[in-house]
Amino acid sequence: MTTSWTAIASVTVGVLGTSSIDFTSIPGTYTDLCLKTSLRTNGVGAVTYAFMGMTANGTTSGYSDIHLIGNGSGAGSFSNTGAASYRQSIITNNSIGTANTFSNVDVYIPNYAGSANKSISVDAVNENNGTGAYAILSGNLLSNTSAITSLSIFQLDAQTILQYSTATLFGIKNT
Amino acid sequence: MAIDNTYQAIATQTLGSATTSLNFNSISGAYTDLVLIVTGSPTAATQGQFLQFNSDTSTNYSTTYIYGDGTSAASTRTSSQTGIQIGNLTSGVQHNTIVQIMNYSNTTTYKTALSRYNNTANSTGAQVGLWRSTAAITSITVYLNSSTFIAGSTFSLYGIKAA
Repeated sequence: MTTSWTAIASVTVGVLGTSSIDFTSIPGTYTDLCLKTSLRTNGVGAVTYAFMGMTANGTTSGYSDIHLIGNGSGAGSFSNTGAASYRQSIITNNSIGTANTFSNVDVYIPNYAGSANKSISVDAVNENNGTGAYAILSGNLLSNTSAITSLSIFQLDAQTILQYSTATLFGIKNT
Repeated sequence: MAIDNTYQAIATQTLGSATTSLNFNSISGAYTDLVLIVTGSPTAATQGQFLQFNSDTSTNYSTTYIYGDGTSAASTRTSSQTGIQIGNLTSGVQHNTIVQIMNYSNTTTYKTALSRYNNTANSTGAQVGLWRSTAAITSITVYLNSSTFIAGSTFSLYGIKAA
């Protein structure tokens, strides 16, 4: 029986931090991709969280998204169209918040090498033992039929992804 | 680098033409849980997407939903239905649905399924579904309430072993 999940690449951010985490030259030999991240960033203003963006193949147009979000006191929903990235799905803990807290995010990208538009699923949390913590379920679409060969995640306010943040990309085969 | 062999591909189907429903039959009981990944869209309108197990078309299913439509969040439920609703799909919009079916092969408990669907033209959300049967799940049917899946839609079934 085929082993379905294979680790393609993993990144652990070093002491200097980084502006983005990039996966390049992703082979087309899998059916789906799954990206699992643990992230902490510098932020803008006195907020304990920040949103990330993610681009595929360096593409900066044609993204849309819809989100279900809860923060412990209520739930809501918002969406974006005509965006420049898969945005506001991946959340992080900001450095102003509780020390040593990192977000957890699961990104599933089915049929990434196929010829259809790229629909992805994101489940994300940034728990911090206080307010400003969110759970987000997101659906995202890139209206582009090119196979995904690279992914880049970055903070939408161009801040730094901090040390000890991790991101691991898995490939999944259905045969 | 293969990490382990606990998550295994069981079967996959890619539609060559528009199809009303899709079946996985003769599912082995050798796993602990199942994962179903669906991509594609319907040929018409916005459709509910459903699961049935073991060809049971009786009203033995129920579903509880939480979802957001881009403006507000809501939760609802249905009882005594003929299938578990696992998503809402919109024609012309590529979507994905991820379904986890826990402890599917035991013959003691009713079966539950947890799904996540993503449709940027309609809503995103999560559902938990219940099939009131103690039978081991040996087949799965995926269908739409009043449309067909477009050609090129994909359905992949994985098995997860606990040990």
